[in-house]
Amino acid sequence: MTDLKLNIYLSGVGGQGIGLLSETLMRAYDRAGFPVRGVDTHGLAQRGGMVESHLRIGYPGGSPLIEPGRADLVLSLERTEALRAMTSQLRRGGSLAFYDTLWQPLPVRLGEAGEVTLEDLKNSAGQADIRILRVHLDDLPDVRMQNMALLGAAFHGDLFPGLREVDLVMALEDLMGGRQGEANRKVLETSRGGWL
Amino acid sequence: MKDLASFLLNPQPCREIVMGDTSLVKAMIEAGVEVVTSYPGSPTPEIASAIMAIPVEKRPFYFEFSTNEKVASEVALGASVNGRLSVVFFKSVGLNVAADSFVQFSLLNCRGGLIVVLGDDPGANSSQNEQDNRHLARMAYTPVLEPSDPGEVYTQFREAAGLSKKYSLPVILRMTTHVCHGKAPVDFQGSPTPPREHPSLFRPEGDEYIPLASTVAPLKERALNRLKAFAEEMEHSSLTRLTDHGNRTRGIITCGLPALSLEDVLSEAKDKPDVLCLAGPWPLPEKRILQFCRTHREVAVLEELDPLIEQEVKSLAFDAGLTLRIRGKEQSEDRIGELTPARVRAFLSRNWPDLEISRIPGNSITAGTPLPARPPQMCPGCGHRSAFHAIKKALAPDDITVADIGCHTLGYLPPYRIGQILLSMGHSNGTGAGLSLFNPGRRVVTFLGDSTFFHAGLPGIINALYNNHNLTLILMENGTTAMTGHQDHPGTGKNVRGEGARISPRKVLEGLGAPFIREVDTYQQQKLTTAVKEALDYEGFSVVIARHPCMLKFTRDNRRRGIRPAARAQINPRLCEKLHECVSVFACPSFIRNPQDGSVMVNPELCLGDGSCVQTCPVKAIELMKEADHD
Repeated sequence: MTDLKLNIYLSGVGGQGIGLLSETLMRAYDRAGFPVRGVDTHGLAQRGGMVESHLRIGYPGGSPLIEPGRADLVLSLERTEALRAMTSQLRRGGSLAFYDTLWQPLPVRLGEAGEVTLEDLKNSAGQADIRILRVHLDDLPDVRMQNMALLGAAFHGDLFPGLREVDLVMALEDLMGGRQGEANRKVLETSRGGWL
Repeated sequence: MKDLASFLLNPQPCREIVMGDTSLVKAMIEAGVEVVTSYPGSPTPEIASAIMAIPVEKRPFYFEFSTNEKVASEVALGASVNGRLSVVFFKSVGLNVAADSFVQFSLLNCRGGLIVVLGDDPGANSSQNEQDNRHLARMAYTPVLEPSDPGEVYTQFREAAGLSKKYSLPVILRMTTHVCHGKAPVDFQGSPTPPREHPSLFRPEGDEYIPLASTVAPLKERALNRLKAFAEEMEHSSLTRLTDHGNRTRGIITCGLPALSLEDVLSEAKDKPDVLCLAGPWPLPEKRILQFCRTHREVAVLEELDPLIEQEVKSLAFDAGLTLRIRGKEQSEDRIGELTPARVRAFLSRNWPDLEISRIPGNSITAGTPLPARPPQMCPGCGHRSAFHAIKKALAPDDITVADIGCHTLGYLPPYRIGQILLSMGHSNGTGAGLSLFNPGRRVVTFLGDSTFFHAGLPGIINALYNNHNLTLILMENGTTAMTGHQDHPGTGKNVRGEGARISPRKVLEGLGAPFIREVDTYQQQKLTTAVKEALDYEGFSVVIARHPCMLKFTRDNRRRGIRPAARAQINPRLCEKLHECVSVFACPSFIRNPQDGSVMVNPELCLGDGSCVQTCPVKAIELMKEADHD
């Protein structure tokens, strides 16, 4: 497992909690003993625009950015962004896990564009042998925990080679304590997704 | 890392995953920095967030947000000539504001040391341009170091502080966007904060601090000599790194983040070129570079934006009579944007196809339907949206709207399209004044945020009053510096150390003698429309203060106190006539349009229950439903 190299690209909409998701995963892989580096987009993007985070596991040096089409795994917190990330960032044969919620982009709300459907995702995935894990929890206590729901489901879907659950839990503990940490941990441990 | 403050103050060696901005603060503490100043601007606000995580009484140095970058630079310079190791940090274009004073720094004796941290933004990720501040550094005879990742931020800052003190000269630490935000584990040495004594060290009688006419030449000569000394340090510094692949044909000279992109791409290359990675782009270690040129038949220079290093290397090689081939920028696009791994891949395969670097860009996966873009937008409940909706009703189609910098800049996007020209912080009343000349049929409306009002907005306002320009200023007052992450400003009554004087923009305007001022909460749309109409009818300089607290900040503060939204908007389907005023014209992101039947719903994940939308529905189909008040 020491020669593991894994490029993880994360995307979503500003305000969805991509930062915490990425930070938890990065610290989990660090705990598990892998070299880690990465970068989040900040600034304007937090105002309802697209946000992305790059995470590179097993690369002791080099750029924090993943090249387009070279991500092994895409984690996305929104359906439109899942399709955008798949078509631009994911490598052929890679995996996509996404939380199935829709934050309509402006052109959709203006009636100028259609919504991205599950069929759209499946059609694009079919072009390049991509597996899709869909995550959606009806009983999520707080929408701001969608990030933990995605992280937990992706873990239990075996998308994080070399990682143990304890690495994730301890990484989360390292970032968030108290009742809030407890609630997030519970979501992380129990969340499961379904393969499309 | 739950507790940022404990980590930053830990005097023991430790290892931590940090972003470049956080690494910088750790380095500042360990280097014994005494004074830090700033004005907020991406990609640097996280530096301030890290500092502010430390309780005021435990902060190992003095920190302030100044009113603008020029003032921040002056405060840092003043502290430095008095013997304090000082740091000023701000975003790329902030250097333009600071320039008038900044260009003087190298002429003076910065006794305590002075580091100017520049958050440059190749790729214009969050700026109005991608200016290459290395030009300004050269103009001001100020050396530049350029780290590539959080580890280098740490080592280079400490080096910069040491050299700045040693030579009493200012040093720039240039951190580009993805260096500020890039994250990696860093081993910190840790060092106890030295005990502080604060003798007054400003000695005007010994040093010359008045560069004027005849005193300029000797001060400039001293600055040039210091630059030479700095370059000599770079010849021997371990920060200048040679990666010797034993290639006697090809070499690459690079610096900063592009070095990391290069490392990625070269990992696939056959016959790897040697790489000389510079600690900074200016001044150059000329001997090291010439040695590198003499031992290679071809040298490529890999740098972001303009070909500064390239031109220097070519000139050095020419003077030395070398005949090697030097490759660099060829076309305009080579000077635009970040040098990501994909760009470096394209550069190398264009120049040296036999390195056999694969060129495959992307994955050739297509989306069946065209993917809708997702531009940034104002948040749900934003007072600016309510303002734009009301202001639009007061404007004639030919009226001119002048944008300024802040969240309200986003009003230029559809569907509002308010704000047709943008230069810089606080430009709106100057630019607007010019537009109003010889333009009788078109009225001019200028916008300004409250933080920008204090930053650089006042001279334009005073000019409009003094020269009696016919303008309407709409001051978008949301009580914070919202776009950069909710920093306080002189209007909020708080500074980074606690209570500060509260300077009311309205009182300032009254004090200046502004003859027409109206103030309206932006949620009162009809009242605001009327106020703007009256202001437009006023002959001369009129002001409408369109105020509403930043709702992102308001909601976050509430959530911290356990208060949740008390209501949600809801569409009554029996009343809704699918006019789409809410979703397409008011366009709060909380509204969802059903693409099949055109019906509208409210996204409960986004709605704040602020109710600013209720008044926008012509058939009153939007209702506010009460929810539980607390967790």
